[in-house]
Amino acid sequence: MRLEHFLMVDRILAIEGEEIRAESTTPDTSPVFEGHFPGHPLMPGVLLVETMAQAAGWLLLALNGFSRMPFLASVKEAKFRAFVGPGAPLAITARRIHDGSGYAVAAARIESAGKRICDAEITLRTMPFPAPDLEAAMRARAAAIGLAVPA
Amino acid sequence: MSSAFDRIADIIAENSEVKREDITPDSHVINDLGIDSLDFLDIVFAIDKEFGIKVPVEQWTQEVNAGKAPAEQYFVMKNLAARIEELVAAKGQG
Repeated sequence: MRLEHFLMVDRILAIEGEEIRAESTTPDTSPVFEGHFPGHPLMPGVLLVETMAQAAGWLLLALNGFSRMPFLASVKEAKFRAFVGPGAPLAITARRIHDGSGYAVAAARIESAGKRICDAEITLRTMPFPAPDLEAAMRARAAAIGLAVPA
Repeated sequence: MSSAFDRIADIIAENSEVKREDITPDSHVINDLGIDSLDFLDIVFAIDKEFGIKVPVEQWTQEVNAGKAPAEQYFVMKNLAARIEELVAAKGQG
């Protein structure tokens, strides 16, 4: 993870049907931890939401063959059940529960060492890539984290 | 079973700040009820689930933007209800 660059997913482990499994490790040090909180570093809840949203986004990209870019539209029922500090392994899962017209809804969760950290229902709009550079960057990042990229 | 109009109106009232009594068959979802795009997304999701269909919002929007269909055909409540009933019927035939 590089929190300052919003690189939240380190590796895609598998996509099976409508579900993605991914993993990340929270960094040992980050400016984010210096402020959140001084002397007691914790992953901010909003970045855990971002991590779940990105996993859901990679899932949708895989399912749509990188034809449309997912953008976060809404987060519902977000629950933060346990604290996460630096250097923690995260197991991230997201399952598409609805495939709509121009949007999709996913149920996502994060666990660490078998303990549930958080979960949420994530809605993403999908639309044609608004910039070629973005599509190229997404394809390059996908390849780097182990997600198969169509030609 | 309630009519499609009533079910859709209930969904809109539950997923926005619009009062149920303000929703009439002639209400335009956007222009009269003031539903914004995010609330509309929630409403479409709820309609998809309620009726077991996939409301083709992107197709409708493209048709309207291209001048191939008037917005009222899809976004006035009585017409929206009719479109939903058509989608449900088509699903039953499929």
